[in-house]
Amino acid sequence: MDKKTPLVEMKDIHISFGGIKAVDHVSVDLYPGEVVGLLGHNGAGKSTLIKILSGAYKADGGEIWINGEKATINNPRDARKYNIETIYQTLALADNLDSASNLFLGRELVTPLGMVDDDAMEAETRKIMGRLNPNFEKFSAPVSALSGGQRQSVAIARAVYFNAKILIMDEPTAALGPHETQMVSELIQQLKAEGIGIFLISHDIHDVMELCDRASVMKNGKLVGTVDVDSVTDDDLLGMIILGKHPHEKAEAEG
Amino acid sequence: MQDQAKKFFASLGLDTRLLGMIGALVVIWIVFGIATDGRFLSPRNFFNVSVQTASVAVMATGMVFVIVTRHIDLSVGSMLGFIGMTVAALQVQWLPQIVGLGHWSIWIIAVFAAILMGAVLGAFQGWIIGYLTVPAFIVTLGGFLIYRGAMWWVTKGQTQAPLDPTFRLLGGGAEGTLGETLSWIFGIIAAVVAVAVMLMSRRRKADHGFVVKPVWAEAIMVGLAAGLIIAFVWIMNSYPIPKGAMKRMTEARGIEYTEDLVWNHGVAIPVLILLVVTVVMTVIATRTRFGRYVYATGGNPEAAELSGINTRWLTVKIFALMGALTGIASIIASARLNAVDVGLGTLDELRVIAAAVIGGTALSGGFGTIYGAVIGALIMQSLQSGMASVGVDAPLQNIVVGFVLVFAVWVDIVYRRKTGA
Ligand SMILES: Nc1ncnc2c1ncn2[C@@H]1O[C@H](COP(=O)(O)OP(=O)(O)OP(=O)(O)O)[C@@H](O)[C@H]1O
Ligand SMILES: [Mg+2]
Repeated sequence: MDKKTPLVEMKDIHISFGGIKAVDHVSVDLYPGEVVGLLGHNGAGKSTLIKILSGAYKADGGEIWINGEKATINNPRDARKYNIETIYQTLALADNLDSASNLFLGRELVTPLGMVDDDAMEAETRKIMGRLNPNFEKFSAPVSALSGGQRQSVAIARAVYFNAKILIMDEPTAALGPHETQMVSELIQQLKAEGIGIFLISHDIHDVMELCDRASVMKNGKLVGTVDVDSVTDDDLLGMIILGKHPHEKAEAEG
Repeated sequence: MQDQAKKFFASLGLDTRLLGMIGALVVIWIVFGIATDGRFLSPRNFFNVSVQTASVAVMATGMVFVIVTRHIDLSVGSMLGFIGMTVAALQVQWLPQIVGLGHWSIWIIAVFAAILMGAVLGAFQGWIIGYLTVPAFIVTLGGFLIYRGAMWWVTKGQTQAPLDPTFRLLGGGAEGTLGETLSWIFGIIAAVVAVAVMLMSRRRKADHGFVVKPVWAEAIMVGLAAGLIIAFVWIMNSYPIPKGAMKRMTEARGIEYTEDLVWNHGVAIPVLILLVVTVVMTVIATRTRFGRYVYATGGNPEAAELSGINTRWLTVKIFALMGALTGIASIIASARLNAVDVGLGTLDELRVIAAAVIGGTALSGGFGTIYGAVIGALIMQSLQSGMASVGVDAPLQNIVVGFVLVFAVWVDIVYRRKTGA
């Protein structure tokens, strides 16, 4: 598999909350222009794993390598420095602020005097939302006044706006309608073509089969295995998720 | 009819909450105006109310940030007293020994000392809250007790007076104003700046191709802003300085005093300080990253953290700012009284919190405006001054203010539920 250096390597990551081993010595990797699906039952540890990459949690142990170099990610600011962008399962929006303020939160556009430039941010937000969700119009409303899908669009817009190299999507389409879901799928294809690496967490096997190159399956905090999507069937994946059973053919060894 | 009115106000861009507060204020003024045969609506009373509001209102602007981020600061009243006493002792006992009695630098040193002391005390509280994660309620409750006690130790309970004469001007009074001419100049400049800011913002929005208010609505708002500023200056410039003070002031300036020489007060310096604080705090709240992070953290602390905002450090800054504003308020309060006794600032924390909350700051976090808090402080002071002027005694005043506070918050909750905000 060593055609080039991986964009991301997470090696032997573990973390526990109280007594629960949420992530138990898991290793995954991601190459440029690749989409890797993360699958697993509820509570398998998927979100926790990617939150370690995005800086929300600090791992109890293990290493993160980015572009072949060891990376230290202690907080979300560090992750942003490595061009890691994340769409969180909880969306992580400040409900009282409007969509533009959320999109640029922590990276506001400012005027030459250093003042927050709300008008410029709204103009940019209108542009990107036009690509993602053309029906979106509530630009001056706080995001608490938006529908679940509209909120999700804002979270997606925030992750793709800043030229991510590594994109983490934690169930990005859970609240979206069919048309918007289709647009996100197209977006993923497009970003992939641009050479961005994407971790996609999803419960939808069809999505994963369609969009992902490889899939890593977790169960009870442990990695069941990583497989090439082309070489397995839906049922193989389901077997991995539910039974934790490794498909007989082509499976990568796991440490 | 009601729909039409709603549409009218909507195109003006005024939110109903602001209208409600202004309505409440006007009602209070009219009711007390009638009850006092117009005395309450005299320039003299407006001047006094404006001066009496200043100290609490300055602190209330800082309390907005504290409450927006889901914290509370119970220590501001005691801190005001502690700072006031320390700075008074500085002027009365310590500095005269170093630079000499009546030295010109005393008031400047005193002002810096007050603000610095507030910022340092506040930052320390903020550090305990942000980094050691002790709840703000407890930390500032501790501060409430500590500062009140420390205040006593500064002078072993001795009242400090009189304060430095220049310092005293910061508290208002006949001399502590801009005077007529400067007040007009101030009013005109302020009106021009307000109009320019509104028009520039309109231009910027139009440049981006956003929908802007209809021209007539913009014209009304611009006229209203400029009109209010000028009207305020005009009222302050209609309150003549009483005879005794006139004699003192003319003598100081080497002018001969005659019976028909009339000078008016103009805008009081503490009110000027309050206006500057209000503008600066509004800019901080709405136009700086810091302000944006305050509201984001109040709305969803986890999201703010995930967006790379250092919420712990933010907490330190918020409480340092609250402390600095308490320092400014302490200057105003002690200068106004020209003396500091161990009771200075008692119960102020509750007035400040009440002003912010009446002004629409939600204790659940995320919502609150600077102008709201200032109007809240003005409403509270108007109520108290009004009741005092019709002879309601202090205990009953407290009872009324207590009921008003609860009522105002209930109205706010109903309003929020209706508007879904
Ligand atoms: N902050 C936390 N504190 C304590 N336990 C946690 C915390 N975050 C996650 N856990 C636990 O870690 C385990 C993994 O949770 P995680 O959110 O990673 O699951 P998931 O695979 O994303 O599930 P889902 O499909 O439901 O999103 C669960 O048992 C969860 O209860
Ligand atoms: Mg999850």
